[in-house]
Amino acid sequence: MLRHLAGRIGQSAVVLLIMSFVVYGLIGLMPGDPIDLMISSNPKLTPADAERLRHLYGLDQPLLGRWWAWLGAALSGDFGHSRLYARPVLEVMAAPLVNTLLLMGTALTLSLAIALPLGVLAGTRPGGWFDRAANLLAFAGISMPVFWLGLMLIVLFAVRLGWLPASGVETVGGGDRARHMVLPVLTLALAGIGQHLRYMRAAMIETLRQDWIRTARAKGLSWRRVVLRHALRHALTPVATVVALEAGALFSGALITETVFAWPGMGKLIYDSVMGNDFNLALATLLLATAVTLAANVAADFAYAALDPRITWR
Amino acid sequence: MPTLRALAFALLALIGLTGPVGAKDELVIGITQFPSTLHPSIDSMMAKSYVLGMARRPFTAHDAQWRLVCMLCVELPTLENGLAKIEGKGVALTYAIQPKATWGDGTPVTSKDVVFAWKVGREPTTGLANQELYTRITAIDVVDERTFTLHVDRLTFDYNAIHDLDVLPAHLEAEAFARPAEYNTRTTYQTNPTHPGLWFGPYRVAEVSRGSHIVLEPNPTWWGAKPAFRRIVVKAIENTQAMEANLLSGSIDMIAGELGLSVEQALAFEKRNGARFAVTYKPALFYEHIDMNLSNPALADRRVRQALLLGLDRETMTRQLFEGRQPVAHGMLSPLDSMHAEVTRWPHDPARAAALLDEAGWKGAPRRNAKGEPLALELTTTAGNRTRELVEQVLQSQWRKLGVDIRIRNEPARVLFGETLPRRRLSGMALYAWISSPENVPRSTLHSSMIPAESNGWSGQNTGGYVNPEVDRLIDAIEIELDETKRRALWRDLQEIYATELPALPLFWRAEAHVLPLWLKGVAPTGHLGPTTLWVETWRPEG
Repeated sequence: MLRHLAGRIGQSAVVLLIMSFVVYGLIGLMPGDPIDLMISSNPKLTPADAERLRHLYGLDQPLLGRWWAWLGAALSGDFGHSRLYARPVLEVMAAPLVNTLLLMGTALTLSLAIALPLGVLAGTRPGGWFDRAANLLAFAGISMPVFWLGLMLIVLFAVRLGWLPASGVETVGGGDRARHMVLPVLTLALAGIGQHLRYMRAAMIETLRQDWIRTARAKGLSWRRVVLRHALRHALTPVATVVALEAGALFSGALITETVFAWPGMGKLIYDSVMGNDFNLALATLLLATAVTLAANVAADFAYAALDPRITWR
Repeated sequence: MPTLRALAFALLALIGLTGPVGAKDELVIGITQFPSTLHPSIDSMMAKSYVLGMARRPFTAHDAQWRLVCMLCVELPTLENGLAKIEGKGVALTYAIQPKATWGDGTPVTSKDVVFAWKVGREPTTGLANQELYTRITAIDVVDERTFTLHVDRLTFDYNAIHDLDVLPAHLEAEAFARPAEYNTRTTYQTNPTHPGLWFGPYRVAEVSRGSHIVLEPNPTWWGAKPAFRRIVVKAIENTQAMEANLLSGSIDMIAGELGLSVEQALAFEKRNGARFAVTYKPALFYEHIDMNLSNPALADRRVRQALLLGLDRETMTRQLFEGRQPVAHGMLSPLDSMHAEVTRWPHDPARAAALLDEAGWKGAPRRNAKGEPLALELTTTAGNRTRELVEQVLQSQWRKLGVDIRIRNEPARVLFGETLPRRRLSGMALYAWISSPENVPRSTLHSSMIPAESNGWSGQNTGGYVNPEVDRLIDAIEIELDETKRRALWRDLQEIYATELPALPLFWRAEAHVLPLWLKGVAPTGHLGPTTLWVETWRPEG
């Protein structure tokens, strides 16, 4: 098992290295640079200013050399300063990361807490009234654009009813973060429920068709025991894969939801850093999301072994 | 149902539901951007100017009537009052700082702060966006604690406007500047932006929640009129629909015109909620126009450019699309500018447009030249900008009636402003805005030395490639002409050439839409780059 773990960590390190180069290259290949955009919005900037700023931020240097210098510093633990915010990258990321973890983590937990039981129930009686109702809910969640859903929730709960704040993390003075979280969490969770419910339902239907389920029933085990003790454990394997793939979003945020609810999270930070050619910040944020996704997939591998007794590490 | 409602109320009570804050001693402003830094000289963002307008003051500014006024200084130096003296090709300017100007920690604002700011501004490694004024100042003489003389290397008509000289608190910043290359990360404006000693305006920054909001509270050392609000909160909400919802729900009190709704959004909002809010529209210095590649054989012909403008019914377009709130532009200078002159206009006249195209050798429908080539032009604008895309559709349809084939090929702003325009890759026309300031000399957009090319590092904004020696001469002359009457005559000539030659097609002046609560009085939109917050102490809740 340790050998397997070491192998996966090694693979992940290579992926991260390649990712850092690809991200650096893609940002560098984007048309223009932030100084061009600065000139178009500030008539007072002179050509001399533009040249000086390009030189100052290293935008006039070859891309490969800049990436190599960044890599050397990053390996020694120095992720540099953000060009946009003129602060250390890790310091810039701290608050948005907490906001995103809180938002995405709560939404994912809520989504799984609702979707998994509903998916199991729907999967055990496919075609029944409950399955049809659950499917309706799932498709509604999947089909509704997050942007539209968020605005509708704001209109209903903030504008019409006045029950909840329309945006932001907390009111000035603080202490009411939970109230501010309700609408964005609900928006993300409703979208996630549909997806998770469909995965769980499909996995459960597939599992219940297996011969060993029929054998368990033939042995006289109760339907409830077969579903909860045997089928559910097996059906969770593909769901674990999906959740592992979603883990990166816990750290990379949800741009649209964050924008609609003015929630300063990682999604907006990553977007701004990429659009603003803030290489240090963009790399740190994107690599963090990649690293978490890779780690979650390694964790999922171990979860398979725990969920499915047929899987062992050699 | 009653059970469900009770359950909902119970749940909301559990998570701490309380009513919205609505006291009139607090003002919550919504803007669409969050400033990346609060350092007055590093970076340039409207969101930053908006916030800093409340917490500090420039030495000089243009007021709401576009007059140059002193804010941190006492009197504008002029050649007439003897505070400005010609020195060879340059000028010496003596300013006195407001006698009661004091940083929020009680330290007086002095000439020492001005000299320090100049040193920071001149240093190439500090990351300042606009360094021009700092490099043009060759020396500063400290006359006394509150008086100083600037020696500027060049005498221009706007010699006494020093908007860009941002005074800095030497007593707090000197240590951070000890290592200039690290100044932009070590400055107190980054490490501790709520330090009272950074601010000397009517309000001071009391809380910064990055990406979310900035709280300002009255500054006890402010020397002017007492500000009316106990607290002003500036909230960043990028999505304008969410911004409207926040306004309607009471989460914010107003939407700033500088960074808020577009005119069409404001018009729609006003129709729905006009009774609850005061919506004011102020035409601003955003000159929406059509830039053209003047190397394109068709567009190189002045008659074609004139015909294109004659073929447009801009009055109807602005009336239909913007209810006339964004006035038609007839030239490059805003009618609000003191140097604006009435020059040749090109009212909608399809018959004359057709005649001009015939004369230029483009005949038939669709129009073709003698070689049989069609008059087909590409029109580009910033993809995703709904207003411009709408205008583009109108232009396409009106020019089609003239027999001109317009192919729309929009690009993201990043590509258009970052690649296509600066690298001169525009094949036909581009619809976008030039931002200017009062009596802004169009050197960067019209002077032949400002055509971007590899040889000059792709600098300059004369992306169409316009060359006219007479225009170059007028621009050079205007910049150094001190006599207002003579300068007005030069401006008139320049505007006439522009209106006749049409190196770009004027469309309309974009307006700012300020959405204010009915109880808020004293907000005076400027229409130029000076934010309304520079007069925030006059804002009052009434009624």
